[in-house]
Order: sequence, then structure tokens, then C-alpha cells
Amino acid sequence: MYEGAVQDLIDELGRLPGVGPKSAQRIAFHLLAAEGHEVKRLVDALTEVKLRVRFCELCGNVAEAERCRVCLDPRRSDEVICVVEEPKDVVAVERTREFRGRYHVLGGAINPMENIGPDDLRIKELLTRLADGAVKEVILAMDPNVEGEATATYLARLIGPIGITVSRLASGLPVGGDLEYADEVTLGRAFEGRRVVGG
Amino acid sequence: MFEGRRPAVGVDSRRSGHDVGEGWDNGPVPLYRDDAIVLRTHKLGEADRIVTFLTRENGKVRAVGKGVRRTSSRFGARLEPFMVVDVQLHVGRNLDTVTQVETVGPYARAICEDYGLYTAGAAMLEAADRLVEAEREPAVQQYWLLAGALRALSERHHDSGLVLDSYLLRAFSVAGWAPSFTDCARCGEPGPHRALNVAQGGAVCPRCRPPGSTAPAAETFVLLAALLAGEWDVADVSDARHRKEASGLVAAYSQYYLERTLRSLRMVERDTPAVPAPAIPAVPHKIPAIPREGEAI
Ligand SMILES: [Zn+2]
Ligand SMILES: [Zn+2]
Repeated sequence: MYEGAVQDLIDELGRLPGVGPKSAQRIAFHLLAAEGHEVKRLVDALTEVKLRVRFCELCGNVAEAERCRVCLDPRRSDEVICVVEEPKDVVAVERTREFRGRYHVLGGAINPMENIGPDDLRIKELLTRLADGAVKEVILAMDPNVEGEATATYLARLIGPIGITVSRLASGLPVGGDLEYADEVTLGRAFEGRRVVGG
Repeated sequence: MFEGRRPAVGVDSRRSGHDVGEGWDNGPVPLYRDDAIVLRTHKLGEADRIVTFLTRENGKVRAVGKGVRRTSSRFGARLEPFMVVDVQLHVGRNLDTVTQVETVGPYARAICEDYGLYTAGAAMLEAADRLVEAEREPAVQQYWLLAGALRALSERHHDSGLVLDSYLLRAFSVAGWAPSFTDCARCGEPGPHRALNVAQGGAVCPRCRPPGSTAPAAETFVLLAALLAGEWDVADVSDARHRKEASGLVAAYSQYYLERTLRSLRMVERDTPAVPAPAIPAVPHKIPAIPREGEAI
């Protein structure tokens, strides 16, 4: 344990995802040794992001206005919605340049052991978006792991009866992996070869 | 079969039945191998996962799966919840590391393709994780019970809610909280009885019956006893009303003995048929009986 301010910093860093106690300590001491203006840049970036960036009121993606860039883009198709778990998955799918529709970010996957149920995700918002009849296809692009598959199963059963085509990314994405680590080629191919699972 | 269960002195006690380490007679064992059920996983750092296993011979073990979230990982798919695997682990200072995985029971796919199975299965994994508290203490009966229940679930021979309730009652029995649904749980007075008290451990006779006991339907008692004994010919033909009452009592039982709710239990989707199940049950399929020491299934 360290004195007040240093320990506070280590504690805060240690709460970040993927940062263990040892890494937190390493980062804290790196910041202590860094020049004042370097640290200020980091502080400014953190402040900026909290001030300017929020979640798109329509799709849940990160946005710098009420709506995100994808939702505001008039050249994109309103007929297809790609449903993903996290905003970073939007970035992964965009990299493939295969998809020209809109997105819907759920904010996670159904995971009962972690106390995350359907009501904790942006599923109601998705159904609202599907209500006006403009959407013809929903592509489920959850992570290819157990929680992602189960979430896709749940959504396919929910959306299928509405009469909208529901498709799931083709296999070829290795099971157990994170969508964000799929390379553009593999992910692009998965898009092309998506299979209809409902509707 | 149980030569791995030696007094817990350092690394040597973790040696399992099929050892793969070199020179295990006189030094620490760098590698060991065991059958294991994946209970849960947590993301670690950039691309790793911490995997919690319930192993056959070493009890609960937490280990690191390195790089398994990368798309190039050969065994990411095998280190998913509900999978039963043959795993080789490298002993580490804090956490062991997974070095090889082969699939023994590929149940994950079937389970997550059906939302009812997924929610029931998640509750089973959470219960096992809670009932086997200590790490590296053999819990061989819990292992067999869970492996059998996951298989039964994935093969859909029975209603998923019934498989879950049967599993929970039997897992509690193995943990030392065996309920009784016929004879009085307190004095042993032969039943059937009309009252049930969760804190007393099941059915209670008129003399033992504490205030606040419930009085479930006689059929619910029969169903609970069948689920505890694995009598599927009885359980499969039970009707929706009694299944619902039984599952409520099993949930109360779980909460009382675990002193906390199983979080997954509230999300379990029970699709009990509106009409009673067919009188001729599907191919009888039992969760394996609780094995005695050394008994193979
Ligand atoms: Zn948007
Ligand atoms: Zn009595």
C-alpha cells in the first residue's frame, strides 16, 4: 500500500477492464515520472470524451451528437440493421466495408451467471425500431461464443414472428473468439455467407 | 483411480490419475491432465480468458487460457461454458495455464441454440460453482452429477426445467443437504405427509410441522421425490401446475441453503407444456446415479 494520492490512482486504474493490480501500479508510476504536459494531454482526452461523447439515442453506438455518424448518413440503407454487442463491434464490421445498413448496439450479451438478462440490454429499443416496417432484414453479429449464440437464439425467436428476415453471420468465425479480433477478410466473408435463422 | 488425492502438500497433491509430467516421483509436477467441465470464463487482458473448471479429480480449478479470444486460437471453442473437456494444465505460481484441450462432451452448441436450455444450464453451472466452494478439493460426485445433467439437457429427453430441478435437488444432496419428500425430514415418521418446510429439509409430519410450513399438492410431493431419485417415468408425465409448484419450492430450497439466491434462477425460462406430456415418455434417459467412490459410470 502507498500513501493517499498514489494509492487512489492505483485503485482507480485497477478498476479499468484488463488492468490487474500489477499493471495498475506500473501505469501509476509511469504517470508519476511523466512530464506534466503529457499527463495533461491524457487528462484532457478523458475530460473531452466524457463531455462530448455519448451514446447514440437511436442505435446505442458512440456518438458526438444525439445521433451517431452511421445513423446520420443518408447514403446508408434503412432496410438492414446489423445487431452487435458493443460499439467496438461496429468498428470491426465497418472495417470490412461489406455492410451499408444501420446498426443496433445491445450493450452486451445475455449472461445469467453475470446477472445480465434480456431486460438489461437494448432489446426493447430494437423492437421499437423494427415496428415501422422499414427494416427488411436483421443481421445478428454477436460474438461467436456461448453468450453471443444464446443472445442470437433469443433475438431470432423474438424477431422471426414479426416477418422480418433474421440472419446470423456465417460460421468460419472461430467459436470462442471476440468479434473485434476477426480479420476483415474473415468477417467480410462471414457477412456474405450469413444464413437466415428466422422470419 | 484416486491416487491423485494425496495430502495437500505443494504441487504433488494435484497429480491426477493420468499424469503426463516427468519425474513426478521426486519433484514438482509441471503438467497434469484431468477431465473438466467449464463452469465460467472471464476475459483477461487483451485476448486471454480465466476459465473456471470443475474437474473430475482436482475439484474446482481456475486456469488461464492464453490467446483463446483471438481468432487463430485452436481451442477457444473448447473452453466455453457447458463444454466437457479433457484438459492438460501447466502448474503456475498463481493460476495454472491450459496447454491442451480435447472435447469430451460438446454440449455448448446444443444448449445455446435453445434459450430454455441455456437459462436452465446457466443456473446449473452457477449452482455447481457455488456448491463446490473451495478450489482443488476433489468433488467427484458433483462432477459426475453435473456432467450427466448437462448431457441430459443437451439431448432434450426431458423438459429443461425438470432437468434443472432434478440436478439442484441431487447436487444439494451430495453437498450434505439431502431433502426428504416422503418421510418426515425431522423425525423420520413414514409419509406421505401434507406439509413441507424448507428449513426442516422437506416433508414434515403433523407433530414436527413448524408454523409457516406450506402444504403443496400431493402430486407435487410425488414429483419432487421423483426428481430427487431420478425417476423420469414419473417426472415426465407430471403436469404444468405441479411442475411450477415444485420449481418454486426447489428455488426456495436453493436460496435457504446457499444463503443467497442463484442469480441465474430468475432468468430460467420454463416452457412447461399447457397439456400434460405424453403418457409414453421419450427414450428413458437418466441423469447418472450419484456414483460411489471408485464406481465408473
Ligand atoms: Zn446511431
Ligand atoms: Zn416428524
